[in-house]
Amino acid sequence: MHAPVSAKAVVSLSNVHKSFGALKVLDGVSFDVGPGEVTAIIGQSGSGKSTALRCINALETIQEGSIHVCGHAVHDPALDRRALRRDVGIVFQSYNLFPHLTVEQNIMLAPTCVKSMSKAEARELAREVLARVGLEAKAEQYPEQLSGGQQQRVAIARSLAMKPKLMLFDEVTSALDPQLTGEVLKVMESLAAGGMTMILVTHEMAFARRVASTVIYMHQGKVWESGPGSMLDRPQTEELRGFVGSGL
Amino acid sequence: MTYEFDFSVLLPFWREFATGVWLTLQLSALATVLGFVLGTLCAIGRADGSPAVKWAVATYVEVIRNTPLLVQIFLVYFGIATLGVHVSANMAAVIALVVNVGAYTCEIVRAGLESVHKAQLEAADCLGLSRVQTYWHVVLRPAVERVYPALTSQYVLLMLASSITSQISAEELTAVANRIQSDTFRSFETYIVVGVLYLLLSFVVRAAFWGFGMVVFVRRRKLGTAL
Ligand SMILES: Nc1ncnc2c1ncn2[C@@H]1O[C@H](COP(=O)(O)OP(=O)(O)O)[C@@H](O)[C@H]1O
Ligand SMILES: [Mg+2]
Repeated sequence: MHAPVSAKAVVSLSNVHKSFGALKVLDGVSFDVGPGEVTAIIGQSGSGKSTALRCINALETIQEGSIHVCGHAVHDPALDRRALRRDVGIVFQSYNLFPHLTVEQNIMLAPTCVKSMSKAEARELAREVLARVGLEAKAEQYPEQLSGGQQQRVAIARSLAMKPKLMLFDEVTSALDPQLTGEVLKVMESLAAGGMTMILVTHEMAFARRVASTVIYMHQGKVWESGPGSMLDRPQTEELRGFVGSGL
Repeated sequence: MTYEFDFSVLLPFWREFATGVWLTLQLSALATVLGFVLGTLCAIGRADGSPAVKWAVATYVEVIRNTPLLVQIFLVYFGIATLGVHVSANMAAVIALVVNVGAYTCEIVRAGLESVHKAQLEAADCLGLSRVQTYWHVVLRPAVERVYPALTSQYVLLMLASSITSQISAEELTAVANRIQSDTFRSFETYIVVGVLYLLLSFVVRAAFWGFGMVVFVRRRKLGTAL
């Protein structure tokens, strides 16, 4: 049995199984993420990376195993989902900004609704997180007026405004061209440097190698290999060697 | 054919016509607001309610959409009276129109709700918003915005259809006209005037909806996108 590396782990998955009908997507996944650690999950499309993130955030329910996140027992049917949401931020590939709200309103919505913050406080907070992603000037704009990279940075700022203890990123740069990818990765790198605990699914191998404290290679719903970024230079398995070699 | 038009006999009745216009506006404005609330709640119930709620809404919508408005009006008017509750003809008219337009609103708004991407709901959920907050802040405005032209047409139709409530002698423009033509024996002229007044009313209602849309759908206004 898998034992948590440390009782202080922010995220701890133990023997997690998840199927969609007959399709086994997570097949006994276990890993821990400690405070301030950056974990990058890599792997072929369909290997279960997104599903793993979604399970961590209780967007999917698991059939077997346990998931602990910031002290919440996520696998427990009695989970207080809204309490979990306060501790975990997630950013998706498709940004999912609210199109009818300005950048600032997008960011202010959750603090005012969920934390009952006043409009003025929330506005100040919005300016603060926008500054962190370098977009103070865009507060009054609507999402459709921004580039993809800018929209994704707003989505990150919107999550940050809830002051999460853990950030999840699911292929947040996959829809962006290389130039815009760079500006989003820079924001994520500065978050990591600031001590944020993060799990990111990514195809940016160079970024994973440089920023991640742990890289997890998933294959067929399993943690196939994991280790520090340097593991990518010396793959232990045929599958990872093939994956790294394919230049993805 | 040598019909001599004489509109001058109608001139002394301008006050009655004006009152009729005003009553029709009030009647349809009230029915529009209440019908929108009813229809929107039904649409949410149908999209997100328990199986019993979904079934109830679906039944309501089908029954209303497949029976004549006039019959619905009679049913409400005489039905309520049978229950021993006294309501004025105008009250009965409002209730019947609300029930009627609520069903059509439900179908239109439902299409709008379906057009809001599931990822939007998930994003709101992940930010910690409750279901009610999500509907209010994230779903309803874009949904209604998308079907706003269809809603506008439906409520213009409602205003025109309100003329049929004259059948239970509700006070509105057509009822006023009925009285005037029986006083003056100038039926053709009276209904020409009434027709023109309804035309103007339609224009006013459309303009009002356009203006309201400009106020509510701020992004459209700021980005200059047509409704
Ligand atoms: N909601 C779902 N219903 C059915 N199958 C799903 C669902 N979500 C994901 N899958 C399937 O699970 C597998 C893993 O998907 P995913 O976790 O998205 O992989 P990855 O993110 O690594 O590309 C895929 O075969 C996908 O088709
Ligand atoms: Mg994925």
